[in-house]
Amino acid sequence: MNVEQHGTPRHHGGGGNWRRLAWFLASIAVVVTAVLLGAMIGPAGPPAWRIPLAFLDHLPGVDIDSGVSEAQWSLIWNIRMPRVILAGIVGAMLSVGGAAYQGVFRNPLVDPYLLGAAAGAGLGATLMIAVWGDVGRDWPVAPVPVVSFLFAMATVAVTYMVGASFGGLRSSTTLVLAGVAMVSLTTAIQTFVLQRNSEVVREVYNWILGRVSTATWTDVRLVTPYVVVSCVVLFLHRRHLDMLRVGDDEAATLGMPVARVRLVVVAAATLGTAAVVAVSGLIGFVGLLVPHAVRMVAGSSYRRLLPLTAAFGAAFLILVDIPGRTLTAPAELPIGVVTAFFGAPFFIFLLRTHQVAG
Amino acid sequence: MRKRFQIGVLAGLALVASACGDDDDSAALPAAQAAVTTAAATQPPVTTAAPATTQPAAATAAPAEAPVPSRIVSLSPTATEMLYAIGAGDQVLAVDDDSNYPPETADKMPGLNGFEPNVEAIAGLEPDLVATDGTNPDLLSQFDTLGIAHWEGQAAVTFDDIYTQIEQLGAVTGHVAEAAELVGHMQSEIATVIDALPVLPEPLTYYHELDPNGFWSVTSDTFIGLVYTEAGLVNIADAVGEGNPYPQLNAEFIVSEDPDLIFLACTKYCGETPETVAARPGWDAMSAVVNGNVIPMDDDVASRWGPRIADYIEQVGAAVAHAAGVPAG
Repeated sequence: MNVEQHGTPRHHGGGGNWRRLAWFLASIAVVVTAVLLGAMIGPAGPPAWRIPLAFLDHLPGVDIDSGVSEAQWSLIWNIRMPRVILAGIVGAMLSVGGAAYQGVFRNPLVDPYLLGAAAGAGLGATLMIAVWGDVGRDWPVAPVPVVSFLFAMATVAVTYMVGASFGGLRSSTTLVLAGVAMVSLTTAIQTFVLQRNSEVVREVYNWILGRVSTATWTDVRLVTPYVVVSCVVLFLHRRHLDMLRVGDDEAATLGMPVARVRLVVVAAATLGTAAVVAVSGLIGFVGLLVPHAVRMVAGSSYRRLLPLTAAFGAAFLILVDIPGRTLTAPAELPIGVVTAFFGAPFFIFLLRTHQVAG
Repeated sequence: MRKRFQIGVLAGLALVASACGDDDDSAALPAAQAAVTTAAATQPPVTTAAPATTQPAAATAAPAEAPVPSRIVSLSPTATEMLYAIGAGDQVLAVDDDSNYPPETADKMPGLNGFEPNVEAIAGLEPDLVATDGTNPDLLSQFDTLGIAHWEGQAAVTFDDIYTQIEQLGAVTGHVAEAAELVGHMQSEIATVIDALPVLPEPLTYYHELDPNGFWSVTSDTFIGLVYTEAGLVNIADAVGEGNPYPQLNAEFIVSEDPDLIFLACTKYCGETPETVAARPGWDAMSAVVNGNVIPMDDDVASRWGPRIADYIEQVGAAVAHAAGVPAG
């Protein structure tokens, strides 16, 4: 793989174009391979090699004998595939969100949960399960994800307002500290609510551990619009993120409205993060691991980082979910556990073999 | 175990969803561990002989001089159910927030939390006996320090554990005859169910759903699993193997195993119904769904080891009869 210390400047000649094309093709190949492996490997269902045939068979106008029964196809299509696709979407979003947060805060240790998206979602889910259980019973959509999404957004909004009113938005440190405080406060309230309603401890805990294992196409449909909007906005700001790398003041000198860009990037990253947390629970480490891994192998320019991060983030979560559902089959390993268990050694390996770009 | 479990929750909240890998911690409401039942500190050990043979004669075992407690605080929903079932309800002063049965307990909830009990609040009630499930040794030593008598009824492993606990509570509270009567009643009720089970060429299989958010289940190594085993059923979750009594099952596995019966044990708190199960993508063609063998159960009864377990097994027996009557396929 290619090691680069700096992002490729835009005015590079033909070599840059070739390299860009190579990365593009590599991303596509990685995602397609991950999805295919995800679709083929599981604790039940038909033999793995028949599954690609079954997919071909279900394409319009194609009729081949895949040897996969209707029931088996239903298993693959209704149970395994939503899980694979949701894992991909969640992995892409958390990774892109992480990269964006790291950019606006110029802090490599930041992840998309920094300003309270996850803690807020957790509080919303806890309140909905423990206290307002009857309220949402007649809602047309599952109430817990909706409320946790709203709480995630609200928590980050409060963090932002607190940070803005005390530190101004010229310094990102105040915002980070406001995030730390809001996460503590939100978590404390959640713990209090849980403590008063201990009969739902298990249910809340299950929610937090992650729900990729119960994914349905409804979840995928629910989360996709937010992730698309979030990623498009972040991609549009990739040059701004590059400018922020040199510093707030320097970016301002270059004519960039720093505070406004930071607000838009944080809002967009939060929108997507809140949506995926609401349907999938808390999956840690992805937002930290994937952007850094991509930086190590492909450089730090956000123009390349964001799309590659999305592709590799999607592939990463799809791939780690495979041992999650097969290692202890028919039992499940929570995806958050697998993520860190396989991700951390991989990350250490990358640290050893590549220089950190930055 | 519950304490560890809550710490696990906190760790999860601290955004380290990966911190807790032990499935045992996560699902275990009824902590089905060893059933060493200690009698109350103030009372001599109660007989543990098989209840069926000890009938009303056991009344002589009632403690003669020790005063009968009249200010009992129960921190265990199971113990609460037992106390009321043997007629000791009037002696109960207060119960924890989870003790929601029988309904009369609603007047006796001062806000005590069974998971993280406030010892000062309990001591302030001046109880002459505290009933717990024995999962919090720190709490018990605090009671000892304060000189508060306590009785432990740990999560049952066998039916005999239940009978023993009921008899112990009977002896401690002065309701020996009622306790013996309750045990006898439960035993005959359960025997009736088991005798009425249909004879099948192959045992029926089942899936017990503890929580649909991740398809948490139980194996036969749990007390509730034992209840189904008694009813002649085979648990699909046993494929998980030993050492993981509350596993999170894979959805593909459940659907492809196609169990004859599905028992929903998160109806109250998750709102699951046979209809919600049928509406799950990929589940609509399962035999249990097609043949109407998805049975909503009472979450609380399923996670306790109280007197109502006899009604539970009766419900299971009825479900087995229904499933056996439906032609295969």
